[in-house]
Order: sequence, then C-alpha cells, then structure tokens
Amino acid sequence: MSSVAKKTGKNSIEDKMYRQSRIFYQILKYVFLTMCCLMVIIPLIVVLIGAFKTHDEYISTGVFTLPEVPQFENFKIAFVNGKVMQGLLNTLIILAVSCFGTIFTGTMTAFVLQRFNMLFTRAVKTVFLIAALLPNISMQVTVFQIVSKLGLYNTLAAPCVLYIGTDIISIYIFIQFLNNISKSLDESAILDGASYPRVYFSIILPMLRPAIATVLVIKFVSIYNDFYTANLYMPSQDLAVVSTALYRFIGPYGAKWEIIFAGIIICIIPSLVIFLCLQKSIYSNLVTGSVKE
Amino acid sequence: MTANSAAPAKKRSLMQWLKGYTGQKYTTTLLFLLIPVVLLILFTVIPAINMGIYSFQKRDQLGVSWEWVGFDNYVRIFTDGAYLQTFANSIYYLIGSFVQQAFALLIASVLCSKIKFGNAFKGILFFPYMMNGVAVSLIFRRFFQKGDGITNTEGTLNSILMLLGGEPVRWLSDPNLVNICLVFASIWRYIGFDIIMYISAIQSISPDIYEAADLDGANAWQRFWYIVFPSIRPIVGLQLILAIKGAVSVFEIPYIITEGKNGTSTFVIKTIETAFKYQKVGLASAMAVVLLAIILIVTAIQKAFFKEEK
Repeated sequence: MSSVAKKTGKNSIEDKMYRQSRIFYQILKYVFLTMCCLMVIIPLIVVLIGAFKTHDEYISTGVFTLPEVPQFENFKIAFVNGKVMQGLLNTLIILAVSCFGTIFTGTMTAFVLQRFNMLFTRAVKTVFLIAALLPNISMQVTVFQIVSKLGLYNTLAAPCVLYIGTDIISIYIFIQFLNNISKSLDESAILDGASYPRVYFSIILPMLRPAIATVLVIKFVSIYNDFYTANLYMPSQDLAVVSTALYRFIGPYGAKWEIIFAGIIICIIPSLVIFLCLQKSIYSNLVTGSVKE
Repeated sequence: MTANSAAPAKKRSLMQWLKGYTGQKYTTTLLFLLIPVVLLILFTVIPAINMGIYSFQKRDQLGVSWEWVGFDNYVRIFTDGAYLQTFANSIYYLIGSFVQQAFALLIASVLCSKIKFGNAFKGILFFPYMMNGVAVSLIFRRFFQKGDGITNTEGTLNSILMLLGGEPVRWLSDPNLVNICLVFASIWRYIGFDIIMYISAIQSISPDIYEAADLDGANAWQRFWYIVFPSIRPIVGLQLILAIKGAVSVFEIPYIITEGKNGTSTFVIKTIETAFKYQKVGLASAMAVVLLAIILIVTAIQKAFFKEEK
C-alpha cells in the first residue's frame, strides 16, 4: 500500500509520464492484435467476396472488388454438382459411427487397462503406448494392404474402422481421467454385489462424461478435417467426404475459382457454427486433450 | 482386495469361478478388450511388423514379386538427392514453427493482459485451427496466385502489394520463395492452437504473484521475463519438441497447394508417392521406418528433458 501511496503522492510530471507510457502500450497492443487478426481475415474475405461473383466478374475484377449483384449459383453448383452435399452426408455418417465406436471401445479399454493390473493388461498398455508414436500417414504404406485384403477398400467402413482402431490418444485421455476417479467408488459398488460390467456401465461411464466431451471435440476436429484417409481409401466419387469433395474441385473447376470459393464456404460453415456455439468448451477441451497426451 | 474376500475358499465349479470376482476380471477383460485388441493387431501391430520386413525388400503394392535387398532401401534414402532435399525442406518448417511459437507466446501474453474484446481477438486468431485443411490449402493457393491476365486475376497477396505500389511476385513458382509461402500457410493454420495452449498456461499462474510484482513496480517486460516465462517453461519445451515432430511430418499443405512440385516435397509426401504412385512399397516402408526412428529419438530427448525439469 505504501508504494502505491507514494506513487500518487509524488510530483505530477512523473505520474503523467507513467500514464502516457501506459496509454502508448495499450494502443500498441490493440494495433498488434488488429494486425494479426487482419492477417487471418484477409485471405477469408477474398473467398467470401469471390464466391458471390460470376465467372466473368472473377476474371475481370480485382479480388477486393465487390460483386455487382451477389450470385448464389456458385453455391448450388458446388453443393450439388461438386458433391459437397454428398460429402457432408458421408462425413456425418463417418463421424457418428467413429465417435460412437471410439467412446465405447475407448472407455472400455481404459477401464480394463487402468483398473485391472494383470500381466495381460500391462502388456496391452505397453503396446498401445508404443503404437501412439507411429507416424499416422506413413503407416498407410502397409495399412493399405490390410485394408484391401479385408475388402474394406472403397467402402465407408474403411475410415470408420481406422478412426476407431488407431485412436490411441482417446484411450490415453480416458486412462488419465480414470486415474483421478477413486477406486473406492468401484469397491463400494462391488460390496453391494455389482459385477464389473455393471460397475463400468453405472459408475465409470457416467463419471467419464467430461473426458468424453474432450474426446468428442478432438474427434470432430480431426475427422471433419482429415483429408488423407478418405483420399486414399475412398476414391469413388459417391464416397466423397467434405475434404475429398473439395479436393476434387481442383480438377474440373480448376479455372473456376468462384465455385471453389463457394465450396470452401459451405465446408467451413459447420465448423464455424460449432465453434461459435461451443467456443469456451472447445478451448478447454483441446488444452486438456493435448496436455494429457 | 474386496474382490478376493468375496470369493469363498471352498472348491468351486468353473461356473462359480467365472461368477466370482477373479473370474469376472478375466471375462470382463476378454469381453472389453476383444474388439480394441483385434483392431490394434490388424491396423497397427501387423502393419508395423510388415513395415520393418518390407523395408529390406524390393516389392510392389500387390506383393506378387519381391526379393530381399538388404540395406539398399536405407542407403538410397540417405544418398539420393531427391530424398535428401525433403530433409532440407523440413528445416524451413522447423524454423517456421519456432517463429510460430514466439508469435503465439507474444499474442497469448497480450491477450492475457487487461484488454477489451479479448475474446473476439482470441476467437478470430484461433478459428483457422478449426478449418478444414483442404479449405485452408485452397485459400492459400489463391492467396499466393500470380495472375496471368486471361483466366486468373492477381491473387490476394499480389493485389495487396499492388495497392501499396509494389510489383506482382511469382510466389509459388520461385523456388526461393515457395517453401516460405507454404510455411506461412502452415503457421496461419496452426498458430491458434498454440495461442490457447499458452493462454491456459499463463492463466494458471497465481494472481497473487502478479500483485506482488505490481507492488514492487515491475513493468510489463519484467513481469513476462521473471514471472510468466519461468512458470510456462515446461509448456514451451513441450511445444518446441512437438514442433520438431511436426516439421518432419508435414503433409497436407504442400500436398494440396503445390502438389509437392517445384522443390516443395516433404518426407511424408515422398513416402506416399513412393508407395502409391511408383508402387515401391519396400522403399516407402524404409522411409516410414526412418521417420519413426526420428520421432523415437525426439521423444527420448523429450522424456529426458522433462525428467530434468522435475
């Protein structure tokens, strides 16, 4: 308190300088943040403007020139002819199946690996730990042959099975979370005569809800944005996901950027909506997810 | 321990044993782990073992004809210029990610100070991380595009340059610039994640320490250097290690923006091309093994580093 009192009590010139430098820093901060945000926004603005232009306008006007009359035709072409609609539908199916699968297999695996300390569970845990280090895209060199041998090539099952089967990070997150759930809860249930599966379904699974939220957020971001798995295993036009539908625009619409722009916007909208609705929980879930990795 | 006491000591039939808690432990383990372990064996263990074996073979994608070639594949990776160049390219991404970390830390500390519209700034800076990688890549294809006067006008960056009175530049066809452009796109996409990581680390510092520093009359820089930085050092260390892993695993942005052409290929792009375009599964497996070895070394360094921190 004494130093504060001294500061305000001292001569006013020093006080004024102090205040001025504070204001200067404050302005500098806003300028810096605004510059950074402009760097994010400018590439996006160009896409937004371009998507509403006709092809003639695209060739003849600058990137920042607004369209004379906003066109919605590009969105229709991207959505229907460009298979973005199909892509959204397929992505939704894959997301639903993989999230459901990961949550069940992930929590069950974590439950067994964390609660039962047996030679077998320890061995499995070690294999999972090592598997987490394998570089995902490079692994496809040999995973590809297994997927083809199983007859999963060019089916929606291929990405689903891979997203469920090779998702070790989720198991990690569940195990970390279980470390903080006291075993005495299980034990008291067991004293009441509950079986292990029952302990899992009525105690562990409900308690894991926050961890499940974390996994769902990470899963959504990674699956919705994943390009390579679908590109490699589902070359069929009808099996396009959002990423591959958009990627295939490069061929037929290579010179028609206004249609590509429309496709980009359609494919960003779901992410934007989810982000705006769940902003706070996305930040915290991503941080927990990566710290626990 | 309760599990054991629940089981009676007398002789039991198999059925009773299964119903007891020891038996239950085994059946539950079997039941719960069946699917995950089958998937793990099919899609991780077998491919990993195959990768090791194939890396000493010359074989095609179908595996119809193959022969042992010893270390030939590995020798080729470290002597062929086309492969060595991809290592050189990852240096661009490595330097880029150091720049990215520095900016993320700066932005995070500014966002953690008293500031209006902090959430809006944070949201805008973070959102690219949520965006589809193909969308980001296409946006930057247009961003760096050089107009040809017929089918394409100048791209975004050249338009800005010309507004400021500059001359348009061939960003993506100049071999000296193209990798820097790709690194910029990569920073644009991923920096939001680092910002929120740093923000959460900075916010976990107790406000009491700040108050004490304020009373002692510490300025912003002193506050950062003596309070913020020491407390988030473990996170900075972790991020730098992740940056190395990221730099050797770059794939999507160069694969879509420049298709790995014009000297922008990365190690992972080369691996995938070798396996699926040129059908050299043996060589590609060796490349995957090399990448794994790099990652293992970095992970070992990380483990050692964190032990020291504690």
